[in-house]
Amino acid sequence: MRIRFLLGATVAVCAAGVAHAEDIEVTHWWTSGSEAAAVAEFAKAFDATGNKWVDGAIAGSGGVARPVMVSRITGGDPMGATQFNHGQQAKELVEAGLMRSLEDVAKADGWRDIVHPASILQSCEIDGEIYCVPVNIHSQLWLWLSNDAFEKAGLKVPTNWEEFVAAAPDLRKAGIQPLVIGQQPWQAALVFQNLVAAIAGPEVYKQVITDKNVDAVNTPEMDKAFAALVTARELATGSNVQEWNQATTMVIKGGAAGQIMGDWAQGEFAIAEQVAGKDYTCLPGLGVSDIVSTGGDAFYFPAIDDPKIAAAQEALARVMISPEAQVAFNLKKGSMPVRSDVDLTAANDCMRKGLDILANGTVVDGLDQALSADASNQLSDLMIQFFNQPDMPVEKVKESLIGILQLSS
Amino acid sequence: MARSNTQERPSRLFRNLSAKIAAVPMILTAMVVFVGFSVWTVVHSFTKSGLLPRLNFVGTLQYERLWNSDKWLISIQNLVIFGGCMLVLSFVIGFVLACLLDQKIRYEGVFRTILLYPFALSFVVTGVVWQWMLNPDFGVQSIVRGIGWESFAFDPLNNGKIVMFGVVIAALWQGSGFVMVLLLAGLRGIDDEIWKATRVDGVPAWKTYLFVIVPMLRPVFVTTLVIVTAGIVKVYDLVVAQTDGGPGIASEVPAKYVYDQMFLNQNLGQGFAASTMMLLTVAVIIIPWAYLEFGGKKRG
Repeated sequence: MRIRFLLGATVAVCAAGVAHAEDIEVTHWWTSGSEAAAVAEFAKAFDATGNKWVDGAIAGSGGVARPVMVSRITGGDPMGATQFNHGQQAKELVEAGLMRSLEDVAKADGWRDIVHPASILQSCEIDGEIYCVPVNIHSQLWLWLSNDAFEKAGLKVPTNWEEFVAAAPDLRKAGIQPLVIGQQPWQAALVFQNLVAAIAGPEVYKQVITDKNVDAVNTPEMDKAFAALVTARELATGSNVQEWNQATTMVIKGGAAGQIMGDWAQGEFAIAEQVAGKDYTCLPGLGVSDIVSTGGDAFYFPAIDDPKIAAAQEALARVMISPEAQVAFNLKKGSMPVRSDVDLTAANDCMRKGLDILANGTVVDGLDQALSADASNQLSDLMIQFFNQPDMPVEKVKESLIGILQLSS
Repeated sequence: MARSNTQERPSRLFRNLSAKIAAVPMILTAMVVFVGFSVWTVVHSFTKSGLLPRLNFVGTLQYERLWNSDKWLISIQNLVIFGGCMLVLSFVIGFVLACLLDQKIRYEGVFRTILLYPFALSFVVTGVVWQWMLNPDFGVQSIVRGIGWESFAFDPLNNGKIVMFGVVIAALWQGSGFVMVLLLAGLRGIDDEIWKATRVDGVPAWKTYLFVIVPMLRPVFVTTLVIVTAGIVKVYDLVVAQTDGGPGIASEVPAKYVYDQMFLNQNLGQGFAASTMMLLTVAVIIIPWAYLEFGGKKRG
């Protein structure tokens, strides 16, 4: 009797859960201060449509969160929507039919016309259909400099990579770490990405990273980038921090002169109440060329056979790409909006530089966009090994890089 | 007549029927989980499975890539270093501690508890604790320097050449007490008459331990060896907590390689190939040993 009652109650609760189909669980890995504030903007905007955003934040970085998300989707317990980075992380899930197409919404709202640059939407496109909503653009190609550190060493703040390298011996003499790189493998890959994009140039970057053209690795331009990589290893010797934000903190405090990092580092400077141009300097494309990369985040929607949930998913997709939510979200997140028709007057100097380049300069694909998870992790392993082994010759890097590109093409 | 005959002699299959029925779930579990899933893994290691398992065979490509990968080779090398050090040192330390505790000292229970206590901690806690202990800025190095030895340098976790020994220290701290307790139990099982006999013959205590007691403890040693070895092959959480494979990839281990390939690289085929190699290694060690240990004698 009692058991039957309990069973009945359980069924009733489940049924009630289905009836409130407008509850959408959204999983993401945005848990730091500025990130949580940014994602709350989406939640607020979505709740305003009469639906309910159920927050499913997964602590840790993407490396921790993604396996959880993937296993929930493949294991038959899909959430309403989930974050992934732009690019190929969710490609296989889409190919296996586990994700729903947003083609109808995209066509009706003209996403192909409003999203800028177009490459960011193309990353969502598989077999001609759009499967994700891009929400922001993070450029990975920045050099962040501490004005304090250079002042202490009696130097002028450099305006490009060469000046920065030239300043290194004097910085060392003043007891300042010239370049700080954390021990997380992806940070090392990011340094390499910067050097290829800035030193070898966007053309070579496109051939090597985007097109995986093995011949392009053996060009004089790439040799210059490899030489810069050796220099970077020398400059980074002695930096023994782990996380990227610890490295940024060293730059903020003036213990290190520079860090190569994506524009999410800006959030750390903002929290420390530093002012761009006065306390720190940001150089896009290492100050060598006006260039941004288009990594970032996108939301994917698992295929759920329930028209009410499907309708709520569409509503969420529309909210995320709406001009109001784009502005509110990206200002908090410190990233650039995916559409050029919104007004970001509140953006600071560095972000403005990035937006200008996005509008007029060269745009290249980010690593996550261009490479599969497999290839980009192999690249990270290779680079972190290189930065930790002072005797590892650059020829070996070249050889391994060719191997990675061949495997992934 | 024939019917009563069968009733008197039931077929072998139905003898001890209840015991056999009781064993069925375990047999099924063993067949499906251990054998079935292992075969599934081995089969898929010959495919190009990415994020999801698929049967698109590519021959031995995954194995070629595996054995060309620096990360895997370093992992194997580290496992050998870690395993060798752990086996030798945990047994030496464990046995010496057990012998010392066996001297009928006062407060034995207290010492035993203290020495076994680290074993009650998870590897993650051990890893984090020893990450701090070995941190040059506020661990062992700074304490020794604080005492007055200014030039003292001990920073294994930031030096790729010796980082594995930093991991070994943590693992020893955790595991030695466990070896000690097992061996101590064995020592307690030794008949007092043996000790009396060797004393009558005037054999020194250390000789008795090495040449009389150790051979008598063989079964205990074998059990301990199996447990410790299994722990060595699957070491993962300690490394993740203590070094996360760093600096660079200097402290990678095979189990971590498998996890990284399967869940970070989204490359199941490569992960399966690596775990198949791990299975093979274990089988190469275990099968001859099991044959020698159990194959020869019939115990009924």
